[in-house]
Amino acid sequence: MLRMASSFPEEVLEHVFSFIYDDKDRNAISMVCKSWYEIERWCRRRIFVGNCYAVSPPMVIRRFPEVRSVELKGKPHFADFNLVPEGWGGYVYPWIAAMATAYPWLEEIRLKRMVVTDEALELIAKSFKNFKVLVLSSCEGFSTDGLAAIAANCRNLKELDLRESEVDDLSGHWLSHFPDSYTSLVSLNISCLGSEVSFSALERLVGRCPNLRTLRLNRAVPLDRLANILCRAPQLVELGTGTYSAELQPDVFSSLAGAFSGCKELRSLSGFWDAVPGYLPAIYPICPSLTSLNLSYATIQSTDLTKLVSQCQSLQRLWVLDYIEDIGLEALAAFCKDLRELRVFPSEPFAQEPNVSLTEQGLVSVSEGCPKLHSVLYFCRQMTNDALATIARNRPNMTRFRLCIIEPRAPDYITLQPLDDGFGAIVEHCKDLQRLSMAGLLTDRVFEHIGNHAKKLEMLSVAFAGDSDLGLHHVLSGCENLRKLEIRDCPFGDKALLVNAAKLETMRSLWMSSCSVSFGACKLLGQKIPRLNVEVMDERGPPGSRPESCPVEKLYIYRTVAGPRFDMPGFVWTMDEDSALRLS
Amino acid sequence: MEVGDKAKMGFEETELRLGLPGNNGGGSEGEVARKRGFSETVDLKLNLSSKDPGIDQNGNTSKLQREKHLLAADPEKPPAKAQVVGWPPVRSFRKNMFSVQKSSTEDCEQKLNATFVKVSMDGAPYLRKVDLKMYKSYQELSHALGKMFSSFSTIGNCGSQGMKDFLNESKLVDLLNGTDYVPTYEDKDGDWMLVGDVPWEMFAESCKRLRIMKGTDATGLAPKAMEKLKNRC
Repeated sequence: MLRMASSFPEEVLEHVFSFIYDDKDRNAISMVCKSWYEIERWCRRRIFVGNCYAVSPPMVIRRFPEVRSVELKGKPHFADFNLVPEGWGGYVYPWIAAMATAYPWLEEIRLKRMVVTDEALELIAKSFKNFKVLVLSSCEGFSTDGLAAIAANCRNLKELDLRESEVDDLSGHWLSHFPDSYTSLVSLNISCLGSEVSFSALERLVGRCPNLRTLRLNRAVPLDRLANILCRAPQLVELGTGTYSAELQPDVFSSLAGAFSGCKELRSLSGFWDAVPGYLPAIYPICPSLTSLNLSYATIQSTDLTKLVSQCQSLQRLWVLDYIEDIGLEALAAFCKDLRELRVFPSEPFAQEPNVSLTEQGLVSVSEGCPKLHSVLYFCRQMTNDALATIARNRPNMTRFRLCIIEPRAPDYITLQPLDDGFGAIVEHCKDLQRLSMAGLLTDRVFEHIGNHAKKLEMLSVAFAGDSDLGLHHVLSGCENLRKLEIRDCPFGDKALLVNAAKLETMRSLWMSSCSVSFGACKLLGQKIPRLNVEVMDERGPPGSRPESCPVEKLYIYRTVAGPRFDMPGFVWTMDEDSALRLS
Repeated sequence: MEVGDKAKMGFEETELRLGLPGNNGGGSEGEVARKRGFSETVDLKLNLSSKDPGIDQNGNTSKLQREKHLLAADPEKPPAKAQVVGWPPVRSFRKNMFSVQKSSTEDCEQKLNATFVKVSMDGAPYLRKVDLKMYKSYQELSHALGKMFSSFSTIGNCGSQGMKDFLNESKLVDLLNGTDYVPTYEDKDGDWMLVGDVPWEMFAESCKRLRIMKGTDATGLAPKAMEKLKNRC
């Protein structure tokens, strides 16, 4: 066996490896033996770093010298809900600077929750001659000036996707920086931008890029300009409209309807800001072939929503506001038998009273009617254990289940019991569950269920739940595949963490805020486990200025081979061997 | 407009209170409880009919408590019950995109079907709040503001008349160069604008707070205000 392995020429192995794309498989290959490690590292073209602080740029570059595509994630997930203060970190510039010299042939950069500056964008624009793909998901820190640099310099750019990023929107002029000779655009998503781009520049850009398949416009593009854009790109597969509202005018309607009908490849629609029901029929002709529909900004009511979804028999993904109500979800269950993913967002998340008739029943209906449904995000105001158990029995194929009941600690509204058994049923029946977000009144029992059954669970979000450390202990000791755990406002303290300290090195990260983990325990963890960064966030001042037993505000623990980071703001402290000296 | 006449104002109830909302105790207790949400959690968990008489079985504050909290808000922090930080877990870009839509969205202040905005005046010892929905025109607002701030000696005898003139759309340009007071407001985009440039309805919808500035500080305002308007149309 050994003889055979060493007599295989490198080129052959490399060729074989080139068919393996998945990171986990690549990692497995690299661990077979030293020579495979060597061969593999020279031909790895794509890397994914789930936590940008888990490793340093020089380390990555040293191991993988020929990378073409990089994906990085920065801030913890709870940053999405304003739980991570400004200035926390996640800066991409050091990565770009290092890669500018090491990877001149870099083609793709995908970032999530990172701070991207105009400087970084300018550096990208001038360093990578064959740059093709830039995806900035929930990023911030840059302005439209940075975008202008990308547009002006990246001759081979195929994809520019700014999804949900916060951009300092100085003007729409940046779009006009794409030269007339530029024709390689395949995907453009500017839906998060506020200011108006030049419509004629946009139309000309769209018209001269024959490979354009994804176009997500921003709200500033009025409805009466949409038809012209669509006519220039009948090959579009994915479209995000601008504002979907205008005075009802027959000629505007008929050009729009005509333009939509001309887009035979259109499979995904989004946008629909301020949608007026009168213009919805313009998309009816293409509804039967739609696979993805994002109506989460459309304020249309349940009658119109029901009418719309009833025509989308091929729908696989639906994002919608709770205006759809139970009645619309029943229609969804009846007509959209291919549905895989459903997200229902709250139209009035801060209202104390329900403004729509959307209850647990809607979700139950969809779970009954849609056999392929496996991914759910559902905001509602009431739930029962029975409903959850029914959903679990109906859909054992569920892989992502995120429930949010608007009122924290809301019990089963009929029995007034905690929802432990309901979620227990979910983890028991749905054996492939990878992601779970819980809601309502929950005791330690639900965590016992999770620890016992959720063996494939990778990400768990917990808020306002549990009674004691036992809850956390169940999860840390039972969930073998747990990678990300985020907890807020739960009575979990030191014991569970210290007992399960070793578990933390097998996970990507743990977030705990408004819990009762003491400063002393944080120090202990940081000192005992060198390959963990234990970061304490406290806006009250240095944790050392308070007693050791004092709970910390926020705690973020992640495994790393790069040691403590040095770009922390004043309210973040790393607990490590030196912390005892520094903080006393 | 009578000067020095501290007329009975319908705003008795809206006067700022010193206590922070969400707690029974004084300011500092509230401070700690807000930062350490966990202790709130413990209290609620251990004793559902908690110490706060305003919280009923389901952890909902009674309507009266809610109103008190809304109107007595500490300028820095939103009322504790109405908005726990990061809850419900709705992404901020989604909240922002949505709140700009014309259909009514409830935020803190619109819960009671009112649009309360803070009013500050340079030199006055504390801020006031007005409900813009109570007025139909700039004249009405100016009248109310005049009454509110007439007690402050900084305005002086002719101040309220001067302010009324300022809010009269036709006289704005002339009086800007004077040393009197100029009403300005912060709009939805965070820009500071001169009051009176746009139709009343547009102003009432986009005004987030009011500041009555000393005239000399306001000279830089108008050009930007014009640019803003141009971009908006």
